[in-house]
Amino acid sequence: MSQAIEFLVPRESVLSRRAAIIADLADLLPPECLVHEPRGLAPFETDAFISYRRVPLAVALPRTTTQVAAVLKYCNRYDIPVVPRGAGTSLSGGAIPQEDAVVLCLSKMTRILEVDYANRAATLQAGVTNLSISEAVGIDGFFYAPDPSSQLACTIGGNIGMNSGGAHCLKYGVTTNNLLGVKLVLIDGTVIDLGGKHLDAAGYDLLGLVCGSEGQLGVVTEATVRLIAKPEGVRPVLFGFETCEEAGACVTDIIAAGIIPVAIEFMDKAAIEICEAFAKAGYPLDVGALLIVEVEGSEAEMDAMLASIVEIAGRHGVKTVRQCQSATEAALIWKGRKSAFGATGRIADYICMDGTVPLGKLSYVLNRTSEIVESFGLRVANVFHAGDGNMHPLILFNANDPIEAANAEAAGNEILKLCVEAGGCLTGEHGVGIEKRDLMRYQYSQADLAQQMEVRAAFDEKWLLNPSKVFPLDGRA
Amino acid sequence: MQTSFTPEQLADPQIAESEKILRRCVHCGFCTATCPTYVTLGNELDSPRGRIYLIKEMLENDRPADEETVTHIDRCLSCLSCVSTCPSGVDYMHLVDHARAHIEKTYRRPLSDRLIRSLLAKILPYPARFRTALTLARLGRPLVPLFGRVPALAPLAAMLALVPKAAGRRASRSVPETPGTGSQKRGRVAILSGCAQSVLDPGINAATHRLLARFGVEVVVAPGEGCCGALVHHMGREDEALEFARRNVDAWIGEMDTNGLDAIIVTASGCGTTIKDYGRMLRLDPLYAEKAGRVSALARDISEYLSTLDLPVLEPRRLSVAYHSACSLQHGQKITTLPKNLLKAAGFTVREPAEGHLCCGSAGTYNILQPEISGQLKARKVRNIEATKADVIAAGNIGCMTQIASGTAIPILHTVELLDWAYGGPEPVKLAKG
Repeated sequence: MSQAIEFLVPRESVLSRRAAIIADLADLLPPECLVHEPRGLAPFETDAFISYRRVPLAVALPRTTTQVAAVLKYCNRYDIPVVPRGAGTSLSGGAIPQEDAVVLCLSKMTRILEVDYANRAATLQAGVTNLSISEAVGIDGFFYAPDPSSQLACTIGGNIGMNSGGAHCLKYGVTTNNLLGVKLVLIDGTVIDLGGKHLDAAGYDLLGLVCGSEGQLGVVTEATVRLIAKPEGVRPVLFGFETCEEAGACVTDIIAAGIIPVAIEFMDKAAIEICEAFAKAGYPLDVGALLIVEVEGSEAEMDAMLASIVEIAGRHGVKTVRQCQSATEAALIWKGRKSAFGATGRIADYICMDGTVPLGKLSYVLNRTSEIVESFGLRVANVFHAGDGNMHPLILFNANDPIEAANAEAAGNEILKLCVEAGGCLTGEHGVGIEKRDLMRYQYSQADLAQQMEVRAAFDEKWLLNPSKVFPLDGRA
Repeated sequence: MQTSFTPEQLADPQIAESEKILRRCVHCGFCTATCPTYVTLGNELDSPRGRIYLIKEMLENDRPADEETVTHIDRCLSCLSCVSTCPSGVDYMHLVDHARAHIEKTYRRPLSDRLIRSLLAKILPYPARFRTALTLARLGRPLVPLFGRVPALAPLAAMLALVPKAAGRRASRSVPETPGTGSQKRGRVAILSGCAQSVLDPGINAATHRLLARFGVEVVVAPGEGCCGALVHHMGREDEALEFARRNVDAWIGEMDTNGLDAIIVTASGCGTTIKDYGRMLRLDPLYAEKAGRVSALARDISEYLSTLDLPVLEPRRLSVAYHSACSLQHGQKITTLPKNLLKAAGFTVREPAEGHLCCGSAGTYNILQPEISGQLKARKVRNIEATKADVIAAGNIGCMTQIASGTAIPILHTVELLDWAYGGPEPVKLAKG
C-alpha cells in the first residue's frame, strides 16, 4: 500500500480508554445505532478514495439531531476526534476515519421533512440521498439541480460538506447556489440554524462558510434546499470530434459566445469506450473525443441554442452530431456518463482527479495530463464537466501492484499542480479531503491558510472535527 | 479494490474466483442506494458494499465466520438489486454464494436457528412433506401471536402467518394437455414442476400448460425432476443444492437426448435464476459441468418463451394490472420489459409501482428467517402497489405472490394466469371471487 499521505498520530489518551468510551456511547445511543465490534468497524475504514484506510474507534448511527448533539458534546468533553460521514462516496477521502475517531454516520437520517412549493424549497434530514430529492418532487414538476455523478447514493449532508457539483451545475450552480439553510450541530452540542427559506440572511453569510467546510465546522443534520421547476423540454446532443484539442476548443468558443447550455460534458476515447461498454448509450466509437451538450426549454429555444452550438462545432471540425430521439435514449446517455467512474472499475483500478482550469487552458491541460500520466507508465481516461473547466482525469492502475499505486498517486499530484499553475484550482467539487491536503500549499500561501484555519478554530478550537483533512499537518497553529 | 490473498489461497478455484470478483469493486457505494436492507436499516454493514468488505476480510484471513459477519450476510436478501446497479460489474451473486457456503461450513448457529433451518431444508423442497406441513400449519395458526412474542420462535410465527388460508388444489401434473387441434406443433418444452409452487398454487403451471398447448407447444414434465435447489442453496447448504441440481440435470438431459427439447420452462423466477446458474454451480464437477451448462442454456422464464411465440395483440380490456417485478426476474435474469409487453399485448393496462427495484421481502425463506425486515419491506411494497390503484397484481414468482398476498386485499396472480385467461382460458378463480 502506498502511504504518501500521513494521518495524525492517534491519541493514546483516546485509544487507551476505548472500552469506557464505547460504554458511554452505548448510553447515548440505542444498540442498533452503535457499531463497535472490530469486524463491524472494518467496512467503515474507507470511502470511495479506497487506497487509504483507517479502522475507527466506533461508528455512531444517530437517528435524531438530539443524538448527534449528544455524541458531539461527549466527544468534545473527552477530546475524541469525530469524522462525519454520509454515504461514504467521497473521492477525496473526506469520510476516511482515523483510529482514535468516532465516525458520525448520518445514514439513518433519511426523512424528507417538508416540501414547500410556494417557497420552492424542501427541508430534508442530512442522510437523504441527492437523487431522492428530485424523485420525491419530480411528479409535481420540480427537481433539485446539483447532480453529482454519485447522486444515486451520495447524501445531501455530504454534498454540503464538499460543496458538490455535477453535470448540470453549468447552468444552475453548485450546492452553495442551491442551499437555503441548514441545522448545524456544533462540536459542543449546541444546535444552530443558518439561513432559511427567505431571501438572504441578516449578518454574516455563515451558510456560505459552512457549505464546503468538509465537516470541520460542525455536523449538518438538516438542510433546506432550492427546488427548481423542470423545463418544458430537455435534449442531450452528442458531438463527436477527431481530437481532444478540437473538442476542447469548441467548448471554449461556446462559452465565449455567451451560450450557457445546461451541461457540456467531455469524454475522451478511453472514456467513451468504457462508458459505451457499460451503458450501450450509442456513443460514437469512431471519434477521439465526445461532448454531451444538453439544452433545455421550449422547442424553439432548444432549436435556436442548438443551431448556434452546431455552427460553432462546425468551425472546429465536428465529425458527428447526434440528437437524441427519445427519453429512454436520453436516460441512457446520462446513465453512461454518470456511471463513468464505476464503469472504469471493469478494466482497472483508478483514482479520480478533480482540478479546475480556466476554459482557455482546457486543451493544453488535457495534453499535458496525458504526457504526465504516460511518463509514469500509466493510462488515463478523461470524463468531465467541460463547461465548468472541471477536469476529472481517471488514472488507471493496478491496486495490487504497490509501484503502480505509488506512481498513480504521484501522477495525480503532478496533474493537480498543473491545474494550479494553469490558473485553476485543486478541486472543483470533490473537496480537498485527505487526497489533496498536502497540495494546499501549492494553492495558498501560509497567510491564506492561517486565516482559514483561524475560522476553523473559531468553530472547533480543539480541532476534533475531521482533523486529518483539508489543512497540511505541518504549519497548523 | 486491492486484495491480499496468498498464492496458496488462490490455488483454490473458489477463492480465485472470489478474488476476481472483489478486484472489480471500486467501493463507489452506488450499490448501497438500491439495497433494500440498507434503505431500511441505514447501516453500511447491511449494504452490499459493507457485506463485500466483511466477506473480503473473512476470506482473506481464511477464518471461520463470526457472529457479526453472519448477522449481516444473513440479512442479505440475495435480491441482486446491487448487481443491476453496480457500474463496475461486481458479481455479488457468486461472492455471497461463496460466503454462505463458508458460513455453513465454519459457523455453528444457535440451536433454534439450526432447527428452523433444517426444518425448512427438510420440508419445503419436497411437495408431499410440504403439503402435510401446510395442513398441520393451518391448525397451528392460532399460535402465531404466542410464538411472535418469543424471539427464538419468531420465524415459526412468520412461517405460520404466511400459510395461505385455502388449501392448494392438487396439481394435475400427470395430464399435460396435447397441443390444440388445428394449430401446428410449434415446439416441445419441459416445464419445471418443482416443489413449493406445485403445492401452494398448482394453478400456475396448469395455466401454462393450457396456454402453451393452445399455441401449439407440447409441454412435458421430465420424470425425476423436482426442487431446483435454490432454497437450500441460499442457506449455504451447498452439497444438498448440488444434489438437487444434478438430479434435475439428469432428468432434463434424458429428455433432451431422447425426445428433444426446445426449452426448459420455469414459471417461478426464483428457480429460474438458479437453473440458469447450474452451469456455474456444477463447473467443478467433471461429470456434470458440460451437461449442466446445456441445461442452463436451455432454461427460459415463461415470459421469455412466450415472447418468442408472437402472440396476437388483443383488444384492450378494462382491467388494470400492477406489475410486480420479481427480483429474480429483473435483477437475477435481467428480464424487465417482456412480462409487461406480454400483458399489454393481451389487452391489460399495465401500471408500474414506485420503487419497483426494491424486494418485497419474500426472498425464498427470508420472510421466515428474517421476519422483521421482511415485514417492513412487505409493507413498503404493498404501499407502493396499492398507490397504483390497480385492479389486480401480476408477478412471475410464487414467493412474491405469497408474500404480497399476505399484505393486501388486491388479488395477485401469476402473469401467465392472466395471459392464459386473455387468450381463451378460464377466468382465474381469484378474480371470479372478486
